Amino acid sequence: MIGNISLNSFLVISTLMFFIGIYGFLTRRNLITMLMSIELILNSVNINFVVFNRFLYPNQLQGHFFSLIVIAVAASEAAVAIAIIINIYRNFKSIDVENLDQMKF
Amino acid sequence: MTLSDIMFYLFAGSILTFSVLTVTSRRILRSAVYLLFVLVSTAGLYFMLNYNFLAAVQLTVYAGGIIVLIIFSILLTSHVSEKAVVAPLKQQIFSALAVAAGAVLTLMTIFKFAFTPTASPAIESNVQNVGRALVSYGRDGYALPFEVISILLLAAMVGAIVLAKKEKHLDPTEPTSNN
Repeated sequence: MIGNISLNSFLVISTLMFFIGIYGFLTRRNLITMLMSIELILNSVNINFVVFNRFLYPNQLQGHFFSLIVIAVAASEAAVAIAIIINIYRNFKSIDVENLDQMKF
Repeated sequence: MTLSDIMFYLFAGSILTFSVLTVTSRRILRSAVYLLFVLVSTAGLYFMLNYNFLAAVQLTVYAGGIIVLIIFSILLTSHVSEKAVVAPLKQQIFSALAVAAGAVLTLMTIFKFAFTPTASPAIESNVQNVGRALVSYGRDGYALPFEVISILLLAAMVGAIVLAKKEKHLDPTEPTSNN
């Protein structure tokens, strides 16, 4: 079902997605949107693992399982991060990173 | 131009467009929905690569779970019509420059590197093989990471509940006893 699409075209997509995620992480000022940029980065890494598995080592499923585990880690990370964000909102009434300098020395 | 080519370019285009919209949209709820489109298109790529189980996991966990969680937290912490604060223009320009430099470097490396696929015969990635590998502990078995990830999920779940739990004493001057 892949047809004649090369490995490189998949890698180009995941690279661009990764760097778009980094751009979002650097420029966003809201904790939730920064979390969404991290999800973009994790997703692009997943694409890399899966594509390497399919194109270079189709005799085993290592990349497939690595992606599965990354998805599980991303889910638990999102759950804990959102719990922390809600707690911060309760204490500071804001989730803007500019206002969160309470613990700065 | 075959059908799979058209599908690939469709998914690729929607992934790139919606990723850019995710990180640039001023409305937070909209950017969450754009992230949903990115994740669904990624699941489409997995379907194209014939990893059906992984695509289903991507759809249920990412698109179904994480996005719902994110949208809930957006609704809890900000107004729907609230616009996100953007970084100063100077910082945006320098971030864009750094990101572009990184992307160009990585793409040059990718195009220069000669990937050599293995000559071994491919195995089918159906649910039967995936399930067998997930619970076998011999060679090519993934029982240990499977157990570790279940412990991690349990710990994250308990931690999230404890963190987000409302304290009984809302008065900040009054000392709380149990934490």
